Amino acid sequence: MALTRRQRARAFRYGVYATSVAAVVAVALFVDWGKLSGALFQWDLVTEQFPEILTRAARNTLIFTVFGFIGGLGMGLLFALMRLSSVRPYRWFAATYIEIFRGIPLLVTLLLLGFGIPIATGWRWPNPYLQGVVPLSLVASAYMAETIRAGIEAVPRGQMEAARSLGMGYPRAMATIIIPQAFRIIVPPLTNELVLLIKDTSLISVLGVTDATKDLARFGRDGVNSSANATPLIVAGLVYLAMTLPLTQLVAWMERRTKAASR
Amino acid sequence: MNEPVVRISGLHKRFGDNHVLRGIDLEVSRGEVVCIIGPSGSGKSTLLRCVNMLETPTGGTVRVLEHELTDPDCDIDRARTRIGMVFQSFNLFPHMSVLDNICVAQRKVLGRSAEDSAARARQLLARVGLSEKEAAYPAQLSGGQQQRVAIARALAMDPAVMLFDEATSALDPELVGEVLGVMRALADEGMTMLVVTHEMGFAANVGSRVVFMDGGVVVESGPPAEVLGNPREERTRRFLASVRNH
Repeated sequence: MALTRRQRARAFRYGVYATSVAAVVAVALFVDWGKLSGALFQWDLVTEQFPEILTRAARNTLIFTVFGFIGGLGMGLLFALMRLSSVRPYRWFAATYIEIFRGIPLLVTLLLLGFGIPIATGWRWPNPYLQGVVPLSLVASAYMAETIRAGIEAVPRGQMEAARSLGMGYPRAMATIIIPQAFRIIVPPLTNELVLLIKDTSLISVLGVTDATKDLARFGRDGVNSSANATPLIVAGLVYLAMTLPLTQLVAWMERRTKAASR
Repeated sequence: MNEPVVRISGLHKRFGDNHVLRGIDLEVSRGEVVCIIGPSGSGKSTLLRCVNMLETPTGGTVRVLEHELTDPDCDIDRARTRIGMVFQSFNLFPHMSVLDNICVAQRKVLGRSAEDSAARARQLLARVGLSEKEAAYPAQLSGGQQQRVAIARALAMDPAVMLFDEATSALDPELVGEVLGVMRALADEGMTMLVVTHEMGFAANVGSRVVFMDGGVVVESGPPAEVLGNPREERTRRFLASVRNH
């Protein structure tokens, strides 16, 4: 008996659903839960992480993030203004910078500046935090410059014309009229970049960090080494989530709000 | 007539191959209201934008009072404080209250104190009939109210001449009157005005002179009664017939 088009579609949906359920049941039955949970999540190892994972590791991750973000935002604003400049060499310089640092993996930049150059030249970073923060800001600024430029370009042209016709010079018009409006536009994408930055600080753990400057990822990794159990990294992952989830929810809320406002 | 406030001579403007202004000579005396009319694309907005250098002329000179704006040595920002500009799209600053919109340039450009600039702003808001809106934000105002705030913002700089670039073209028809009313009151007080407009009634009743532009040149200029009532040029007659027949 031939099925109608609608009956065939429904049969297909049920088929997909049944297969998914079967897969979940199979995993639940065949995995040795006792062994797995022992390897991944041992409660005494969880408690052992505290309070140091917060007072030291999470604190260091926050330090890297905050200074990386501030440095990236400041330089990003500078490069965005240079890209929009009427002076051609400024535009070229900023465009080249942005392409280079967006095109090279952060890991390579970190190794080069934090590790390669000191070894090759004998020069030493004056502060172990700077060793991570500087390469992080350099890369972050390349991404933020593009975001800020897009925000500035999204402000209607008439705003600049109105400011200039009132006798404001270009820098003053930018600072008091254009940039405040641009930042309102780019708060959501900039918050997303902050989330990426929080996660990117984990790469700093590849540098030879001292005990005092260990970030969350390094802390978790060292924990795995000393306990031969995955729990410390899972706890570190949960601490990352505790930082990033509120921010991603904030962005979702801001986007819903602007959507509602523009309706 | 006394010394002109605006003196434009031999003005040319090209956008690439597009020769928009082809030699404009125009003077505006103190207290005069010059209305520029003409078909779209005739260059009237470009002419107005050249007067405060929002467009850089390709040739010719623009003088406003003692400032020769086309001189490369001119301090454009200073000259612009003497030239008020009102745009078709209002261009109020959306992140600032009405009061701050009117105060920001007084403070940052003229260096007036917060109290002085607020006092001047309130006086101008009263004049455009929006005293109760000083704390509102532009998005909370109608188009007509926004344009009246924009006029107050330009007047706050105490300009010697006001430029109106199709100030009522973006408004709903029922809001045009309130803006034209403010402009007329301004003209009655003796403000020197250069007005690009499609409102023939305003040009006829308020203008001291009407300039008809077409194809980047001034075709005809003179008292409103002559240019609008009894045009000499065939092109002017055709334009007036086309705007009146709808």
